Amino acid sequence: MHRYVLGRLLGAIPTLFLIVTISFFLIRIAPGGPFDLERPLEAKVMENLNRIYHLDQPLWNQYLLYLKSIAALDFGPSFYFRDFTINELFAQSLPISIQLGLTALCVALFIGGVLGIIAALRQNQATDYTVMTAATLGVTIPNFVIAPILTLTLGVWLGWLPVGGWNGGAFLNVILPVVTLALPQVAVVARLTRGSMIEALRSNHVRTARAYGLTNYMVIVVHALRGAVLPVVSYLGPAAAALLTGSVVVETIFGIPGIGRYFVQGALNRDYTLVMGTVVVVACFVILFNLIVDLLYALLDPRVRYD
Amino acid sequence: MTETDTNPVLTISGLTVDFDTPTGPVHAVRGVDINVRAGETVAIVGESGSGKSQTMMAAMGLLASNGRTSGEVTYQDRNILGMSVRELNQVRGKKITMIFQEPMTSLDPLYTIGRQLAEPMVVHGGLSWKAAQAKALELLALVNIPEPERKIKAYPYELSGGQRQRVMIAMALANDPDVLIADEPTTALDVTTQAQILELLADLQKRLGMAVIFITHDLGIVRKIADRVYVMKDGEVVETGETRPIFETPAHPYTRMLLDAEPTGSKAVVDPKAPILLEAQKIQVAFALDAGFLTPSHVLKAVDDVSFSLRRGQTLGIVGESGSGKSTLGRAVLNLLPASGRVVFNGELISGKNRASMRALRRNMQLVFQDPFGSLSPRLTVGQIISEGLLVHEPSLSARERDERACQALEEVALDPVMRNRYPHEFSGGQRQRIAIARTMVLKPDLVVLDEPTSALDRTIQKQIVDLLRDLQTAHGLTYLFISHDLAVVRAIADTVMVMQRGKVVEAGQTEDIFEAPQSAYTRELIGAALLTQSHLAEG
Repeated sequence: MHRYVLGRLLGAIPTLFLIVTISFFLIRIAPGGPFDLERPLEAKVMENLNRIYHLDQPLWNQYLLYLKSIAALDFGPSFYFRDFTINELFAQSLPISIQLGLTALCVALFIGGVLGIIAALRQNQATDYTVMTAATLGVTIPNFVIAPILTLTLGVWLGWLPVGGWNGGAFLNVILPVVTLALPQVAVVARLTRGSMIEALRSNHVRTARAYGLTNYMVIVVHALRGAVLPVVSYLGPAAAALLTGSVVVETIFGIPGIGRYFVQGALNRDYTLVMGTVVVVACFVILFNLIVDLLYALLDPRVRYD
Repeated sequence: MTETDTNPVLTISGLTVDFDTPTGPVHAVRGVDINVRAGETVAIVGESGSGKSQTMMAAMGLLASNGRTSGEVTYQDRNILGMSVRELNQVRGKKITMIFQEPMTSLDPLYTIGRQLAEPMVVHGGLSWKAAQAKALELLALVNIPEPERKIKAYPYELSGGQRQRVMIAMALANDPDVLIADEPTTALDVTTQAQILELLADLQKRLGMAVIFITHDLGIVRKIADRVYVMKDGEVVETGETRPIFETPAHPYTRMLLDAEPTGSKAVVDPKAPILLEAQKIQVAFALDAGFLTPSHVLKAVDDVSFSLRRGQTLGIVGESGSGKSTLGRAVLNLLPASGRVVFNGELISGKNRASMRALRRNMQLVFQDPFGSLSPRLTVGQIISEGLLVHEPSLSARERDERACQALEEVALDPVMRNRYPHEFSGGQRQRIAIARTMVLKPDLVVLDEPTSALDRTIQKQIVDLLRDLQTAHGLTYLFISHDLAVVRAIADTVMVMQRGKVVEAGQTEDIFEAPQSAYTRELIGAALLTQSHLAEG
């Protein structure tokens, strides 16, 4: 088991290396540079800036320098937020995004799971259709529509909740962004749970459990749900990585200082180190959560073992 | 199996089961009366679709959600039909238990055997988990599972089909039931395993004295174990009575047809000097099993040094239990998986040929699979399925010509060509197997490898398919490699028989010699087990 985890983590290094390499050169191909403003800077200033940020060196040299610093977990200075290093920016914003994403994930998993199970147990009845219609709406209505509607009703008209701001993660401030983030995930989790639960409830071993007069809890949770949760778990890997690394839309609308905004800002400003930093962070999350999913699988299903 | 005049322990009266489907209600069971006395073995016999399983599923409250019931199922003076789940759970799993046809999937793959055995005891018997585990261990020993201490911690996937069915039986016995319902408990098992499970059930019944309701399509089993028989057809009981009279003087034509369903006859002899079509020498197929963390990798020889030759027009029957390597051999001969040894087909060495160079030969060597449900694409019409091979092997044909050929092929397998525009799910198992055969016939092959073509079918349908295969063989001079675990079918269709066990040939020879005077102990065991379950019904 430890051996397997260690192997997977070591195996992530070449993957990360490839991602870093490709994105390093991709962002450099994009026209323009970090210091190109509408009014060009003085040649002397430009030269200075380029020297400080090593932009005057050959590309491969810059690449090697970047690899060296990233190997020491130093993402370098930001080109745009001149007084900050990328590490400092992430240290502030990443915990906020993680807290937001994790809360949304738990909400989605719980509510989506319960709705899915209820729909499966009432298959093709009114409850089922209601849940599934709501789920379809949840998936199809984009969050930049949901967020303003929620802000307008609950924030502006009713005045129950603050319309934006993080306020150190105060409970009231968190509700709207979490709901906005979680809604589409609730919908997906509910659909997935319903589908696999229906299949599980029809399976032969659940029939056995029923035939042996086991309690409803044992039939539904112990025997049906444990198997039915597997597809949800494999969906959650990439979904969790996406949620925890922040959402541009939600963070912008609610004015939350998370990491999501940096994706867009970094790319628009040609803030090379910021773009690279966000790419590496997202890649790490994806790799990490895929590993967690695989370990969860092994935990849930004895036929999958990683010895 | 005692003669008793006691009151019935379970009485089913006027039971109907209807299923609501999008195309209207389906009447699966139409007013069935069945009763079982204490300690008695009652068999419910019928073909698939006769409603025999649904009758018992309804009694146990296990119908699919679109099922509706009426009538009465009386246990201990109470109608358990339509009881609330809570009330029903006081009875099912405790006093009435059930084992199923699918031992491979009837246990939850995610929990250990011990845990699953313990559950009903904890729920019904009020035992602690620890006490239940101890009792589970005793039960595993009772059903003759080897190494019960180790198996109790095992997961279902670590057990063979026969062992899983033993675990199910142990589970059924846990709470000392009055009635045990066995729904085709041996159908999915090998003949020798089948015989052992039946023996175990009979023995346990003698010792524990519960009543057994045995649902089966296999009359051999019924004759061997049942006190009374109910024969079901289209949701109704058409005949009932003591076992002996039913077998000796069946009153209903349907019963007579079932009794007559054993594949009979034998194949017409072919010219012993016919040219050799297929020659296989020293075929070996080995699978490397993955090394685990602590277990070294080892090589499993699925087929170990098998040679045979097959003359044009002949049928070679390959017999063996699951895991004997018979299917693997069939595939190796067709060059569908890597094997060592020499295979000469029609004078041409085909071993070691790559896919591309095999393709031209494929039309002359066709394959029919066991599973008529899985081997036809659900998204193509029957006409498309049948003529697909022509697209590859006779690309010059026009769409109309292909369609004509598909019609001819369908006629040959006695299906109406009008059906070619339908999809496979609209056909029964026997019809699908006919379609699968038509798909091979359309290419006019020399050799057809038939891999358990009749195993998923009812006896009466089996007989029809065997007759069809024999007719096609005579008409087109086909050569068959017939792989089966079913000795009765092989006897009816093969010229020569090869018995395989663990990848090796145990015995080979003319069909009559093998069946009349088997040389090896294993062959004798196989034949013995087969006769137990598929006894020669004609002998009276």
